[in-house]
Amino acid sequence: MDVIGSQLVAGVSIGSVLLLVAIGLSLTFGQMGVINMAHGEFIMAGAYTAYVVQQILGDAGLSLLVALPVAFAVGGALGALLEQLLVRHMYHRPLDTLLATFGVSLVLQQLARDIFGAPAVDVRTPSWLQGNVEVLGTVVPWTRLFILGVVVVAVGGLALLLTTTALGRRIRAVVLNRQLAETSGISTRATDRLTFVIGSGLAGVAGVVLTLVGSTGPTLGTGYIVDAFLVVVAGGIGQIRGAVLAAFGLGLLQAFVELSTTASIAKFLILVIVVAFLQVRPQGLFTVRTRSLA
Amino acid sequence: MSPQTVDVLGAPQDVATGLAAPVSLVVSGLRVQFGGFVAVSDASFDAHPGEVRFLIGPNGAGKTTCIDAITGLVRGTGSAKLGDDELLGRPVHRTARLGVGRTFQTASVFEEMSVLQNLDIAAGMNRRSAALLRPRRTVEPRIEAAAEQIGLAGSLEQRAGTLSHGQKQWLEIGMLLVQDARVLLLDEPVAGMSHDERTATGTLLQRIAEHRAVVVVEHDMDFMRRFATRVTVLHQGSVISEGSVAHVQADPRVQEVYLGSAATHGADPAEHEGATS
Amino acid sequence: MTGGLGVPSRRNALAGTGALALVLLVVAPLMLSDFRLALLGKFICFAIVAVGIGIAWGRGGMLTLGQGVFFGIGGYAMAMHLKLADAELNGGSGVPDFMLLYGDGTVPGWWEPFRSPLFTLLAVVALPALLATALGLAIFKRRIKGAYFAILSQAMVAAFVVLLVGQQQTTGGTNGLNGFRSFFGYSLSDPANRLTLYYLAAGILVAAVALSAALQRSRFGELLVATRDAEERVRFLGYDPALVKTVAFALAAALAGVAGALFVPIVGIISPADIGVVPSIVFIVGVAVGGRAGLFGPVLGAIGVAWAETSLSEAFPSFWSYFQGALLIAVIALLPGGAASLVDRLRERATSPRRGASSPPAAGAAGTPAPAAAASTPADRPAEEVHP
Repeated sequence: MDVIGSQLVAGVSIGSVLLLVAIGLSLTFGQMGVINMAHGEFIMAGAYTAYVVQQILGDAGLSLLVALPVAFAVGGALGALLEQLLVRHMYHRPLDTLLATFGVSLVLQQLARDIFGAPAVDVRTPSWLQGNVEVLGTVVPWTRLFILGVVVVAVGGLALLLTTTALGRRIRAVVLNRQLAETSGISTRATDRLTFVIGSGLAGVAGVVLTLVGSTGPTLGTGYIVDAFLVVVAGGIGQIRGAVLAAFGLGLLQAFVELSTTASIAKFLILVIVVAFLQVRPQGLFTVRTRSLA
Repeated sequence: MSPQTVDVLGAPQDVATGLAAPVSLVVSGLRVQFGGFVAVSDASFDAHPGEVRFLIGPNGAGKTTCIDAITGLVRGTGSAKLGDDELLGRPVHRTARLGVGRTFQTASVFEEMSVLQNLDIAAGMNRRSAALLRPRRTVEPRIEAAAEQIGLAGSLEQRAGTLSHGQKQWLEIGMLLVQDARVLLLDEPVAGMSHDERTATGTLLQRIAEHRAVVVVEHDMDFMRRFATRVTVLHQGSVISEGSVAHVQADPRVQEVYLGSAATHGADPAEHEGATS
Repeated sequence: MTGGLGVPSRRNALAGTGALALVLLVVAPLMLSDFRLALLGKFICFAIVAVGIGIAWGRGGMLTLGQGVFFGIGGYAMAMHLKLADAELNGGSGVPDFMLLYGDGTVPGWWEPFRSPLFTLLAVVALPALLATALGLAIFKRRIKGAYFAILSQAMVAAFVVLLVGQQQTTGGTNGLNGFRSFFGYSLSDPANRLTLYYLAAGILVAAVALSAALQRSRFGELLVATRDAEERVRFLGYDPALVKTVAFALAAALAGVAGALFVPIVGIISPADIGVVPSIVFIVGVAVGGRAGLFGPVLGAIGVAWAETSLSEAFPSFWSYFQGALLIAVIALLPGGAASLVDRLRERATSPRRGASSPPAAGAAGTPAPAAAASTPADRPAEEVHP
């Protein structure tokens, strides 16, 4: 029971980090079909934003709270720039977008190296997030719970945005049927740009939170990007709930597989399981039903 | 289907060269459902060598869905038999191997390739893997014959993407010929064609139908009248009338269906009859 | 004579392959120092991977971001054999040095087969090909393609690296395997043997290009391109596209495996850093820059980019990253056909200066009337032209 409890908590903890890095991708890749390899670097930019804000404000607690919206703006601005300069010219060439944005990620990584140096920088954890709390008989760091909280707010906010606002309705309309949306008077250009900005902004937020659990260096993003893409693929195109289920599913899976083997073999097995899962459901957990033939 | 050895690329190897024996396509009780939406509820029709069978009906009647189900693109229940072979439930490429060929509403040829390359690929499903690994050295007689039949014998080296709209449709039909399709399912083969091109296409189809079963989905009523041997009328997923052109045109249910949607579709056989007579 | 598809004529392919052989096998050894020649040998390994990527991605449309796995399998297979062989030299214990250092001093069972040179050589080709076949069938049969395939192949390489790093005692972990002294009994410190190794790599590259040329001109090559451009159509013609794609993917994997096996004795090390997510994408960069779909584009691109990286990053280390990123963005966004398409465009302009302006030749078929309006009319057409 103790073991199950602790793995459950570990799984949710891994899952919340996965979801955090994948939620922005679920918008840009899942809904728009744009494979943005620089998403990891937007996360990295968010992490450095947290660092810079802390350098300016000093107080770790205040700067964490300030950094969250600032990082959203930084990520969003980078996203807007990328969309405007590159992605919008290549909407019909998804694989080429992947490669071009990888070029962007190379540039951004080097930029971080030149500005902040290659070694990781130190971002202090606020005092009110230090220490542990007991959940289900397991000692859990407060930071992990904070991450879970941020994820719940981010995903909940996104879900609200998509379901209740006019912008959300426009985004969903464009996802379901681009041409029809366009002929109904929706500016798909503006919708695309906004979707991309929101997705990239969420990457920035993820970066801030990740400073609490890992080191902040130029290659921070590359460590997460592959997992994030797996979550979106397993979750299914255009589905926030798919990403949520996939992230926590994979997190729990990893936690329990790790029980009987090492972390590295667990990671390997996860990939095998995802490929096997796609045999059963090639479109992921959830799919948007459309009548697309031939 | 007789047991066949399958080589690396999955091509059956004991297929005799030349035209296979003509067989009929018999569809009965076909039903196709997308989630909760029933696209085809109960369609039964057949097509025999020697006749050009037309499948007509207003938009959304389920004509293309019938073809999709027969060719394995979407799942259908019921039965679709080509000779003794049940077609439903097979993967697309296996259905094609049994001799089912189809075209699409928008001509889909390999645009970057020459006419010859298009036909050569279509002729290739029975080639052995070893033959696939060699370059093409000569033009096979059946490819030449098909190119002749579709009027592209002089354009073998032309890039398919530069062909006219009508020529692309013909090339697609030619691909089905070299594929040795025993039943041809043609989805709007004359859409966008000029009057003369339509006539040429109709004549071509009648000639092809001498040895193969031909099913044509078409909106063009005039084309139907001129070239149909028999007609099946679909409405909301089921067959409402079947028979000769004169028979279905006289059928009050057909008139009702077309009158009911005449305002939006403008292809009303009854109204048209009134106008020309 | 076939024309189209960017396939060079038989004569041009022969001439190009011959020129490549001449430069790599005759000119380069005469002109370059031992050090530079060894570098070129390393680039040749990348070029062999690039030939495979050209087949899988350029001709087959499968953007494989996981070639590092196959490169790594070939490399590690060879490295394991070399470590075992070295350990047996001079009456040694038969246990590789690093295992004595980090492990319990015993050779794990799955290492043992690699004592056999024959098994190793077979494994270098067969293991990557088999893995690619299994993976290809699993993925392509379920019609997973495009971005999904790219992402899965990338996840595969990430998982592979994690696996390697985690098994310090049996794979050398992040250090990888290195410090090889001999290659099938020949000392690796002897310059003459190193020159032979270079010739071996260059010869294999030329053979790989010849193989790729034959493949492009074959019916399979045409079928592969047809599958890339219109997979569904190919399916309706009675082929299984999954099998077509799997064959191409497995071939690319085998080439990467061979390249990895050559890389090990030439460079002297194989480690996760050589085969990870980023190196796997960098394999693609050269192919993209040179021209993905052509015969020589991938080879020249891979060698050119690797050469530029070595010379530029020596002088300006941080500049190279910017340059590489910018190069990739510029080529993909502005010149998707790579340098090869630039050459083609220039040649076209040179041979027929006014061709771009003229319209395509009139319809050839006898009795064909003028082409109908291009726009198709999906809706019911009123039959106004019927009146007799």
